[in-house]
Amino acid sequence: MKLTGAEIFIECLKREGVKTLFALPGGVVLKIFDMLHQQKDVEVILTRHEQGAGHMAEGYAKATGKAGVCLVTSGPGMTNVITALADAYMDSVPVVCFSGQVSTSLIGNDAFQEADNIGLSRPCTKYNFLVKDVNDLAATIKEAFYIATTGRPGPVLVDIPKDVSMAKADFTYPNSVSIRGYNPTVEGNKWQIKQAAEAIMKAKKPILYVGGGVVFSGASQELIELAEMTQIPVDMTLMGLGAFPGEHPLSMGMLGMHGTYQANMAMHYSDLVIAIGARFDDRVTGKVSEFCPHAKVIHVDIDPTSIRKNIHVDIPIVGDCRTVLRELNQILRATVNGEQKDLRKPWWDQIRDWQQAHPLTYHQEKEGPIKPQQVVKRLYELTKDRDPIVATDVGQHQMWAAQYFKLAKPNRWLTSGGLGTMGFGFPAAMGAQAAFRDRLVLCIAGDGSIQMNMQEMATAVVNKLPVKIIILNNGFHGMVRQWQDLFYEGRYASSYLDTTPDFVKLADAYGAVGLRVKKVGDLDAVLKEALATDKPVIVDVPTYPYENCYPMIPAGGCNHEMILEDPPELKMKQSGGTKVTPEDKDTVLTA
Amino acid sequence: MEHIISVTVENKFGVLSRVAGLFSGRGFNIESLSVAPTLDPSMSQMTIVTSGDERIIEQIVKQLNKLIDVIKVVDLNETEFVSRETAIIKVHTKDVDRAEALRIVDIFRANVIDSTPTTYTIEVSGDPKKIEAIINLLQPLGIKELVRTGRVAVAREPVRQAAVQARKVARE
Repeated sequence: MKLTGAEIFIECLKREGVKTLFALPGGVVLKIFDMLHQQKDVEVILTRHEQGAGHMAEGYAKATGKAGVCLVTSGPGMTNVITALADAYMDSVPVVCFSGQVSTSLIGNDAFQEADNIGLSRPCTKYNFLVKDVNDLAATIKEAFYIATTGRPGPVLVDIPKDVSMAKADFTYPNSVSIRGYNPTVEGNKWQIKQAAEAIMKAKKPILYVGGGVVFSGASQELIELAEMTQIPVDMTLMGLGAFPGEHPLSMGMLGMHGTYQANMAMHYSDLVIAIGARFDDRVTGKVSEFCPHAKVIHVDIDPTSIRKNIHVDIPIVGDCRTVLRELNQILRATVNGEQKDLRKPWWDQIRDWQQAHPLTYHQEKEGPIKPQQVVKRLYELTKDRDPIVATDVGQHQMWAAQYFKLAKPNRWLTSGGLGTMGFGFPAAMGAQAAFRDRLVLCIAGDGSIQMNMQEMATAVVNKLPVKIIILNNGFHGMVRQWQDLFYEGRYASSYLDTTPDFVKLADAYGAVGLRVKKVGDLDAVLKEALATDKPVIVDVPTYPYENCYPMIPAGGCNHEMILEDPPELKMKQSGGTKVTPEDKDTVLTA
Repeated sequence: MEHIISVTVENKFGVLSRVAGLFSGRGFNIESLSVAPTLDPSMSQMTIVTSGDERIIEQIVKQLNKLIDVIKVVDLNETEFVSRETAIIKVHTKDVDRAEALRIVDIFRANVIDSTPTTYTIEVSGDPKKIEAIINLLQPLGIKELVRTGRVAVAREPVRQAAVQARKVARE
């Protein structure tokens, strides 16, 4: 029996096990929506903006480890989803995005709502397809899911012209895919793995530097075994949080620009860096020429281009993190003995010294303004038993969440790392909530970034996605303000938001629940009330506006040269007579 | 340093833009790029002349390999190779110059492929130095138009392997 392109599309989604589709209709995809309307296997979540659909697919993918799927229309639908695709590309998130296209006969004619979807998405997708013949549709969709989820995962776009969704063809779904130019290396080179094991045995000051690759390959157990067996401290990248338990005694926390003191010091002074599924991003390396000056580097990554892109690698291992770690652990199990512990005792003494010298600190006065760190810390303590999924936007609140919310397991952390996309958190949290209806999903946001996808509150209310949004409301684009305070002599160019909506009323207007923490003493009670609500909630927490996020390595700085607190002149400005408040904005600008 | 990279790709729509986009997006150089189908019509052969230090060339090769439509990448500088380029040069020729132009064509084993009373169109193949040389000699006559194909290149067959193959053929 022949099926229309739209029916084939739905059949393919079913075969791929897709339960949820984040979508927004338009002229050229109406046939597909019409067929979706007449079936029950795939749930359609109608978003209010295509960017939201893209980030929801990302959140779904990060939480489940499976491909997230979204469907948008041609022209503006496509251009709106580009940010989410670029975000997924940077952070290696498996997303399959379907876009509508004008009929094949009209392509290139500047038709209504036409855009060159293939050209637009080429630099921000792992691969993209234009389906010109309905007979190719099923095989193309199979390939799209295969490419998105294998190797280094990433977003794939399938562009479906209107006439292709209407035309009919016989439906057969291929069982397997073979693409001659695409064969990701999964098994690591055995000789190289042996070299790595030998280097690990000999190292006096080794450090594990783990990233999102560990999360995506499901290698957490293997990582824990490796770290415990060899007693090597673990630094996590922003994307790698959760790959290793945050409260584990071997965990150093996050490294990089706003990483912990011990994580960055251990990196700088180590003699062996074991990088697993991380890519030596500039937020981690700081000044490349002075990065880990004493260390040999082992780099495990499934993407050969990540290796030796930014820094020199001594032992490169191309392969899947989990497969490689299993092999490595097998070798080490036979060779590790008590000697390593003795060998590394001075290293651990040093690390404990660093930990004690400069732990993460902030000062919360009992009656004073609420410190953002306090909010994250209490939120963590109140929810950790419920194994929550935590999403964030981008900025100061994201870094505080990364520092104080110590995730125990992988796939609980939804954040935008590479692209740094403000507005990511809320829709991503909704995507995860759609996958796990019964779980607790939190979104820690800033008052600036939450407004970038606020419209999705309607989606959350209608689809009963009870995400708990905690807004650390400092009235500023906080990270921008921090840089202006540190590097631009406190001139707050366009970082002060001047007026933000009343988030409590806004939540109410959408049919969600809005709560506000008025003083620090109320924090726990309000958070508990929010957590006990079965609807989407916004908790507006006005926080101290001038809190800065430390430690901080200035861009291009060296990893062991961290700024640990506000420089004296800044402290004076904030405590003394020249205290700056948002009301004084004009004075600040003219000063 | 200049490198010649030979890339076998799927012969389908959009592949050239993926390769070109990779170079422009990552700030790699392309000095020349030529592309045409291979014996197998489902594949095309690209020859890319690029430049960069060892690390950049390594990244170019890896990034090309990462493209899903790329089937094979060979950095020809890692082996012996032969390369050729063709140029078609249209020169102004007045009375005396016509004989001079023909002499130059003769010296370079080039061909005249079109002629009018006031112009010759000359085709020449060779390595880039040879092309540069003939252009330099023809320039005083007045070059009206010049098109170059960009280089194509192929690895030299290793001598030992060639010998083995020859023996095999002889036996058969």
